[in-house]
Amino acid sequence: MVTIKDKVRTFIVDNFLFGDTSYQLADTDSLIENDIIDSTAVLELVAFIEDDFGIAIVDSDVVPANLDSIERLSSFISARAKARAA
Amino acid sequence: MCGFGGYLGSIRDAEALLARMIAAIAHRGPDEQGKFVTPDAGLGHARLSVIGIGDGQQPMFDVSGNLTIAFNGEIFNYLELREGLIAKGRRFRTSSDTEVILHLYDEMGEDCLPLLNGDFAFAIWDNRRRRMVLARDRMGVRPLFYTNKDGVLYFASEIKALMKVPGVSAEIDPIALDQIFTLWAPIAPRTAFRNIHELEPASVMIATQGQVTVKRYWHLDYPHRDAPSTVTNEGDAAEELQALLTDAVRLRMRADVPVGSYLSGGLDSSLVSALAAGMTPRKLQTFSVTFDSAEHDESAFQTEMASALGTHHRTIACRAGDIAGVFPEVIRFAERPIIRTAPAPLYKLSGLVRQAGLKVVLTGEGADEVFAGYDVFKEARVRRFCGRQPASRMRPQLFRRLYPYLPGLQQQSVEYLAAFFGAGNTALDDPLFSHRPRFKTTAAAKIFFSGDLRATLKGYDAAEDLVSQLPQAFSLWHPLHQGQYLDTRFLLPGYILSSQGDRMAMAHGIEGRFPFLDPRLVAFAARLPPEMKLKGLVEKHILRKAAKHLLPTPIWERTKQPYRAPDASSFVGAGELDYVRDCLSEASIAAGGLFNAKAVANLHEKCRTQPVSGFRDNAAFVGILSTQLWQRNFTGQEVGAARAA
Repeated sequence: MVTIKDKVRTFIVDNFLFGDTSYQLADTDSLIENDIIDSTAVLELVAFIEDDFGIAIVDSDVVPANLDSIERLSSFISARAKARAA
Repeated sequence: MCGFGGYLGSIRDAEALLARMIAAIAHRGPDEQGKFVTPDAGLGHARLSVIGIGDGQQPMFDVSGNLTIAFNGEIFNYLELREGLIAKGRRFRTSSDTEVILHLYDEMGEDCLPLLNGDFAFAIWDNRRRRMVLARDRMGVRPLFYTNKDGVLYFASEIKALMKVPGVSAEIDPIALDQIFTLWAPIAPRTAFRNIHELEPASVMIATQGQVTVKRYWHLDYPHRDAPSTVTNEGDAAEELQALLTDAVRLRMRADVPVGSYLSGGLDSSLVSALAAGMTPRKLQTFSVTFDSAEHDESAFQTEMASALGTHHRTIACRAGDIAGVFPEVIRFAERPIIRTAPAPLYKLSGLVRQAGLKVVLTGEGADEVFAGYDVFKEARVRRFCGRQPASRMRPQLFRRLYPYLPGLQQQSVEYLAAFFGAGNTALDDPLFSHRPRFKTTAAAKIFFSGDLRATLKGYDAAEDLVSQLPQAFSLWHPLHQGQYLDTRFLLPGYILSSQGDRMAMAHGIEGRFPFLDPRLVAFAARLPPEMKLKGLVEKHILRKAAKHLLPTPIWERTKQPYRAPDASSFVGAGELDYVRDCLSEASIAAGGLFNAKAVANLHEKCRTQPVSGFRDNAAFVGILSTQLWQRNFTGQEVGAARAA
């Protein structure tokens, strides 16, 4: 079964690492500090979450605390998905 | 302005080799050619006649026949130097500035170099002392490269002339590539070509058969950060600045041909044009590039300025596809990979000047380094401000003010702004504090480096290499001066004056002149207290003050708009040129061996499908494409053949 974390990782590797699977990116590594995303890429992340998970993102959601690592992204998406299902 | 080449050592067929070397750089000097050949030293010259048109042929000999010079550039204060030499009893046979150098060298040897106010590179064969003397101007306006082959020293204004030397071939220097993909340019004396070196700006090389020494004759220096400033009155400083700049322009109007001016619509070139317009009896001719895209175009300001000055104004449009159309030629002339396309419109602009029949133009380049005009200086100030209160949610909002022309940044949350600029993360005493985010963002493009290239580089760190080049006094300077030093010492000669400057102008035989780089002005600006240059978040404050009564209000009040051109979007989409597809094909990338072919294919596809890509992707796209073009042009790697294979 493909987990949220798997989907997030695949998206990041495909779009920001251009398919380079040899890149050592831990789940907790900062996407900014490791120069994986820039200001344009943040908006790509937002579009990915909205399109692939059907989650509406408001401006106040767009902060590194929610989006700056695979771990944070997965937790954020899971929490929102649960809230929506509840 | 010209080009030259030469050798020191015994070689076969010297005359024929010099002819081939000079033919390779004939674009630099389409007016005349000359050669000087002896059994163990020789010089060749291609001349663009600007001063002493009838009697300034080169190589030029002194009256004794012991000194022979090949010279590229201009000595702007040659008339004053000549008067002084005549007063000492020296007799001149020509009206040229070239002969002034010969006399000065005869009197003082290489100690004459600090007296020269000019943009120059030259070679003097000193037959009495059996030595070749190579020298370059302080700021690095004019280029000079050299290599050693079989015990012979070869040198030339452009590397393509050195490629004519038997046994010399092009091979990319992996360290230089890493430096370009981090710092935007190789750190001199390194060049993109393995085993080919650049004589550093402000340096002189003394070469005899068997021994070579290189020394700097001038250093950029700033006051101790705690020293009381010698300049305290802003009004007096603005007056002095205006007087110095006026004289710098006056000296640079010296030519036996008409002098025109580039006009970008910004403060610097407008000010230079305004001063020049007041010094020429004829209408000043001005030249600008316009862009289709509103985010790059400054034509409204250009038109306003040209109209205010009453110049004969010409423009050339840089439309979608134009950059891709000239890019292979841009790389052939730049002789190095580049990570931005900004040189391409300047290549077109110098072509326009040539079409107009001019050989010489003034430009506003240098003002941003000398008077702290770049955004990076303001950004560093805001980052320090944020770093003092890392928890503040208000302070990072200032980043939005810095980059009104970057819509992606305007939309970011305060938290992301702080994170992107590393506010609070970078040690305040980091010598690269001002430039660290830029270097880091650029270096992100290295994710496309191939495994082989990474293995060759063995963890090399270009930024740390740069730190090792800094002078001892660096840590004692004010942070603004540290940032200015990094740009003036490295980016200015390494990219602005070369890839965007000399190489793009000389591709069409055009000589650019840079009043803001007059040595008196550079020394004056370095002495100014930081707050006179960057006042709050207003860049070039003192220059604005000096310019206020010379320019229309909308021009002198303008916040600097960095000169940029469309990057990846110039090459993809409908009408994509064959060479772009060829250079970026998986087969071609794999054949080049420098980049990850699959990742590049994905990048190419992403740029095709998502027109707006960030800085890293743009830098990577242009950097990879230009590296492939560099390989194809200089190593003969056939990307088309690679595709077919």
